[in-house]
Amino acid sequence: MTTLQESAPTKPLRRLAFGVGTIAIVAGLIAAFAVPALADDYWLSSIIIPTVIMGLAGIGLNLLMGYTGLVSIGSAAFMSIGAFSTYNLLLRAPFLPLPVVLILAGLIAAIAGVIFGLPSLRIKGFYLGASTLGAQFLFEWLFTNFSWFSNDSQSLTISAPRLQILDYDLQSATGRYYLVIATTVLLIALAFAIVKSRVGREWMAIRDMDVAASVIGIRVARRKLLSFGISSFFLGIAGALWAFGYLGTADAHAFNLDKSFQILFIVIIGGVATIFGNFLGAAFIVLTPILLDRLSLVIDLSFLGDQGALANLQHIIFGTIIIVLLIKEPDGLSSLGRRGVEALRSRARSSN
Amino acid sequence: MSLLTKTMSLAAAAAMAVTLLGSASFAEDGTGQQLYPLFTYRTGPYAPSFIPFGAGNIDYLRYINEVEGGVDGVKILVQECETAYTIERGIECYERYKNGYNGALTAAIYPHSSGLDVALTDKARIDKIPIVSPGGGQNIATDGRVFPYQYPLVFDYWSEAQIIVDYIAQQAGGYDKLKGLKIATLYHDSGYGRDTIEPLGILAKKYGFEDIQIPVPHPGEQQQTQWQQIRRANADWVFLRGWGVMTPVAIKTAARVGFPADRIIGDIWSGSEDDARPAGAAAKGYLAVSVFPPGTDYGILNTLKSDILDKGKSDLKDSSKFGTVYYNYGVIEAITFVEALRTGHKKFGNRPLTAAEGQWALEHLDIDQKRIAELGAEGLISPLKTSIDNHKGETIAAKIIQWNGQSWDTRTDWIKADASLFADVIKAKAAAYAKEKGIEPRVATN
Repeated sequence: MTTLQESAPTKPLRRLAFGVGTIAIVAGLIAAFAVPALADDYWLSSIIIPTVIMGLAGIGLNLLMGYTGLVSIGSAAFMSIGAFSTYNLLLRAPFLPLPVVLILAGLIAAIAGVIFGLPSLRIKGFYLGASTLGAQFLFEWLFTNFSWFSNDSQSLTISAPRLQILDYDLQSATGRYYLVIATTVLLIALAFAIVKSRVGREWMAIRDMDVAASVIGIRVARRKLLSFGISSFFLGIAGALWAFGYLGTADAHAFNLDKSFQILFIVIIGGVATIFGNFLGAAFIVLTPILLDRLSLVIDLSFLGDQGALANLQHIIFGTIIIVLLIKEPDGLSSLGRRGVEALRSRARSSN
Repeated sequence: MSLLTKTMSLAAAAAMAVTLLGSASFAEDGTGQQLYPLFTYRTGPYAPSFIPFGAGNIDYLRYINEVEGGVDGVKILVQECETAYTIERGIECYERYKNGYNGALTAAIYPHSSGLDVALTDKARIDKIPIVSPGGGQNIATDGRVFPYQYPLVFDYWSEAQIIVDYIAQQAGGYDKLKGLKIATLYHDSGYGRDTIEPLGILAKKYGFEDIQIPVPHPGEQQQTQWQQIRRANADWVFLRGWGVMTPVAIKTAARVGFPADRIIGDIWSGSEDDARPAGAAAKGYLAVSVFPPGTDYGILNTLKSDILDKGKSDLKDSSKFGTVYYNYGVIEAITFVEALRTGHKKFGNRPLTAAEGQWALEHLDIDQKRIAELGAEGLISPLKTSIDNHKGETIAAKIIQWNGQSWDTRTDWIKADASLFADVIKAKAAAYAKEKGIEPRVATN
């Protein structure tokens, strides 16, 4: 009977939770837009912006990996497509406004994603990983060898010709932050809508057992390709933001295999099949090395060795934290946080 | 540990992290000092080149601080920031130190990476912070009217291409003998490596030699086909534009296909001890362009040896690296910084310089032969004079060095590049860049 007792007040509770949720979202939005008032250039440019963009890239991969169960280690390739498309569209079609360019760049990345997702119809797991790795190498090669993509720039790098919306210049740290946060908020909403929709449920069915999914009438192939497309759409926009909202410039090597692995780690550490978990994972990946570096500024660690040894020690500590985290919390930081909140709640309930 | 305590401790750690990441710090007060943010890459694939390079930098600045009592009495505060040679970490370091540190002022930032130099272009223009890249900056930024905050001091790859051709002409017995010669360029397939394609095309047209361009994909561990191609083409000279592992592999592969080492001229980043030594016996006779001549036989290096190294104050763990190409590069770079400060002090007084004052100083550098002699750097650096029109320095020069199996011998005196040769091309490129970016070039009024 316990179940009944518990489920009895669900409905009003759920409504209440929905209300609380809405308030939380509104509060979160206000907070997000108030950030530049509190944070200085350093915080915006080197802490918040990269974390938010990497979190967004994490969402991109998570839609594919966490929700549809397909492996990709070519995420950075799709980011580079987004970045180079944005650059070329801004350069060669100067009449297009920035938001339209971002969407188009995302769509171009999505097309590439669908093409490189084709092997997923036949192969699975690690083998699929190898085929997406092909995308990784192909696009890095393409953008370094055909200088048309970088407008024949001497150093093969691209930098945004203009970063503005309706004559409002977005070059400053605050401007770039607003560009990044506004894009990300919209894409988070889109991600939630997709995951909660029929498409999202079908993805999860495919992830859990694709044979069963096809038996109940889900068109597995089409859904898998859609997953690749949407995932790449997110990654493409994240790549454009990374190049222009964060770095200010990029070449093909800014989106190398390391970056793909970073995104993979963000998904694993943040939590598979979550949306907000990606931001926890991104914060961990982006901030831990900076944090360790700062720690050695504050605490005198010279007894451990010289500067070189310390720099290497930071890598060891970073690696150790990842290993411990994966052993202790294989479901990622988001699940740790969620269960922590539940534990708090149950304690509050028992004390009542 | 219960789940609750676990979560709470995670939250506590996060809170502590936020405090740490903020600007709160308990380090010494830097007021009255000049900040030198030292961007390091003591980790990552290029760490072996940084370690002697950073040591040269630190040792010279320690000498200035401890022996000379600072630059005109102003102490330099060296703050390291590890980038691991990645652009992302570099940007964090830039943001961390662009406005100074605990009262110490930032006058200029040396990013120590060509990629980071490019990435900081827009940011530096907005923040008005001079970015200095001796030997590794953007050639286009020579035009200081379009790039007020970018300083590709000392050297660039276009001048390097010209110096190589000059040297080959010297060996052949005159420019007219270049006609019909075959010069193959084996380059690292990256923005850096491709940078000499255009100038060599111009030079080939001018002198009538055959220009063969052959790319090597990163990192360059396989070069069999490329060297067979060079052999088949019957090239007379090879200009090797390597980086990292590519250089020793090139020298060894050349030996395997029977191409003589003394007909290969390495680029400035292919000309360190660590580039030649791993190739073993095959490297004997191998030539390289040197802007940072190796050796310990310079006045300033003797001073550093007695005042810093012998007193155990050096940053160098392995003292055999003293006087290597990268160590000397570090010393030369530190000299450019210190001399820029001195230039600024003459105008603004003996106090720490702001970024705006640093910019003025970098634009009015004049390290002439007399000053070089006073510094004890004769033969180590060639004269350097900058202006708004020329952020690189007017007299670009390099030496050719040769590996004798153990160390480098200097083969030539300074070979000067003719700055006028490419000036128009660079101006035109800078103008195109200004147009693309909507920048109004400054008028040069020195």
